[in-house]
Amino acid sequence: MNFDFSDDQEEIRQAVAKLLDGHTSFAKSHELLDAGAGFDRDLWAKLAEGGWLGVTIPEVHGGSGMGAVELAILAQEMGRTLAPIPFGAAQYLAIPALVEFGSDAQQAALLPEMATGQKIATVALAETCGFAPGAVAAKVVDGRISGVKSPVSDGAVADVAIVAALDKNDAPGFYIVDLKGEGVQVEPLVGMDPTRPQSRLVFAGAEADQLAGANAAAIDRLMDGAAVLVAFEQLGVAGQALDISTKYALERTAFGRPIGSFQALKHRMADMFAKIELARSNAFFGAWALAENDERLPEAAACARLTALEACQFAGEEAIQIHGGIGYTWIADPHLFLRRGWHLKAMLGPTTIWSERLVSALKAPETTSAKAV
Amino acid sequence: MDFSDTPEEAAFRKDACAWLEANATLRDGSEKVQDAFMANTPEEVTAAQAWQKRKAEGGWAGITWPKEYGGRGGNEMQQIIWNQEEGRYKVPPNIFVVSSGLVAPTLIAHGTDKQKTEILPSLLSGEGVWCQLFSEPAAGSDLAGIRTRARRDGDDWVITGQKIWTSGAHYSGYGILLARSNPDVAKHKGLTMFVVKMDSPGIEARRIKQISGHSSFNEVFLDELRIPDSDRLGPVDGGWRVAMTTLTNERYTLAIGRSVGGMRAEELIPLASGVTLNGRPAIENDQVRAKIAEFASRQRGMEFTSYRIMTALSRDKEPMVEGSIGKLMLGKLRQEMASFALELTGSTAGISDQPKDETGLWRVDYLTAPGNRISGGSDEIQRNIIAERLLGMPPEIRTDKDTPFSQLK
Repeated sequence: MNFDFSDDQEEIRQAVAKLLDGHTSFAKSHELLDAGAGFDRDLWAKLAEGGWLGVTIPEVHGGSGMGAVELAILAQEMGRTLAPIPFGAAQYLAIPALVEFGSDAQQAALLPEMATGQKIATVALAETCGFAPGAVAAKVVDGRISGVKSPVSDGAVADVAIVAALDKNDAPGFYIVDLKGEGVQVEPLVGMDPTRPQSRLVFAGAEADQLAGANAAAIDRLMDGAAVLVAFEQLGVAGQALDISTKYALERTAFGRPIGSFQALKHRMADMFAKIELARSNAFFGAWALAENDERLPEAAACARLTALEACQFAGEEAIQIHGGIGYTWIADPHLFLRRGWHLKAMLGPTTIWSERLVSALKAPETTSAKAV
Repeated sequence: MDFSDTPEEAAFRKDACAWLEANATLRDGSEKVQDAFMANTPEEVTAAQAWQKRKAEGGWAGITWPKEYGGRGGNEMQQIIWNQEEGRYKVPPNIFVVSSGLVAPTLIAHGTDKQKTEILPSLLSGEGVWCQLFSEPAAGSDLAGIRTRARRDGDDWVITGQKIWTSGAHYSGYGILLARSNPDVAKHKGLTMFVVKMDSPGIEARRIKQISGHSSFNEVFLDELRIPDSDRLGPVDGGWRVAMTTLTNERYTLAIGRSVGGMRAEELIPLASGVTLNGRPAIENDQVRAKIAEFASRQRGMEFTSYRIMTALSRDKEPMVEGSIGKLMLGKLRQEMASFALELTGSTAGISDQPKDETGLWRVDYLTAPGNRISGGSDEIQRNIIAERLLGMPPEIRTDKDTPFSQLK
């Protein structure tokens, strides 16, 4: 047993952290925020060059063939640096779906170009009615998809999407849809985080290539995996929100003292820290359960998701509060973290959905007696 | 990252299981395992000592202790495994939390060889139960403000004063005691730690009744208690550092949950299934389900945080400050969860027929939780520790830090 990253994993973390630190800045995030759309293509190219876009893609398709824990490490660093690139939907959902369910031909057609960054992929799970597989209404008949998916992360920049839809017998499944092809309309949506723009995809008879074997249970499992990976990105975001807060609290003085010397602020930052570490503990177990395909994954993923949602939102909100007036301004950094937190919330649905998933996964004890020690 | 056993760990688990199977009975779930500090009756204490002795004989009492002190010389992962497996069996409440979690590491770090060889074996075998004589009526969070006086008299020290919140003093044979040996220096600098026999003349322990109705701690009066200098633990006037070792281990012990029980979030499921809310079983109510999920996710997080602390320990990292996180989370979660359970019972809000029926268990839990938020360093102290030592915030302003204790108002 080892409830921490291994030395090799820590090396991976340091390597990607170094690359990201050298090629990201909150100033760049502000630029994109002002522009209201787009992503950092230079950073994208650097990551592709370093092989960081194909971490979990099998080596035969141009990736490194690593596991979920290694990807989780990447996710955490992406969150920490608020990397403004179309990373999450592809890495946490599209690649796992293709690797698990894609035929050799489907994998060969997409994965190598995703690893090199030439092709940007996303997933389209949600419809306006929500995230549950049962709530899917998009329909595929004779290889043609019709319906509306919304919100879709990175929809405006993606070349291809893995779309959750029903077949002619109303069974849910996954389909590859070329977003540059006929019968696809991409409409911009307004979200909390303009550095990760959201879209609505309207399909009217677009060509849809089914991923065999991706049934309701498989989609559920994919959601669990993504919840764990997103939790790591949330940990990165929340940890950095705390970091800029502690720095500011030491610099800023009031009443003749650094504001970080006041218990009201010290205790709030201690609470931020405690929530983040609690979430990290759940995320660690989730990453292991995902990598090992452990039967406790549904429970582990929901725990990771719920505590990461809480930690990330609390850290984002309190970072603004600790910065005071300046923290409320557009040009300051704290709102970047709050916005990214909301993006990550939108990606897989809010607390309500994951609470339900957790309670459904929990086993009631055999008796009602208390346990201890 | 690996939550599964290595081959060596699997072998250890197998050995542990075999021994437990031969020496204890599996829990059938019908009985409540008590919090460590809830042991009240002499029978419970005797049973706990007998179990500890048996474990010591079997080589399971001091898993992480060095072999030279009678321990197994094992690692923290083995301790986790043992805790997991022992938890499945009907075993007496663990009254050795202070002894092995707090006193033993303090002795190992600061004791003389003679003290270690004399004390540690009996501590391991459960013959010697220990308590911690630190807090005083006028010094809780601000421990360095203690007033109990230690006066040198030949080869002895003479101790006079009063201690309070001393868990288990009524069944402990020994204690470690912090006293003021020099009032003419700053308050942290004039303290000395001692080992005391609790049946010495001049010690009187009186039990204190808690809001839960239990009496797990005491006030202890010290009147001209004589302690030979050979029972001093650590240097004269160097007691603060010794006490810090104890307190750091206390946070960590509480955080890894070897001592504090409480209900599991899953227990809310049958409770909510048996209660009606708006004409439906409460378990079908979304708000109820959301709360259960929240509690369960926090409780799991605490459990895995304790594992992370153990991992750090096994790598010889100092996880001690992280113990504050677990300690901070513990009491509040217990309080919120018990409060929710009592609210679930609807208009009766915690009223039931029997002291120990299902509602009664939650009632006790709710009235025990405030103690978890205060003992072992209050929530507020834990937040200060996290903010100052982990996040680098400035320390609290201490106006009395450099003033000789005797000149403090």
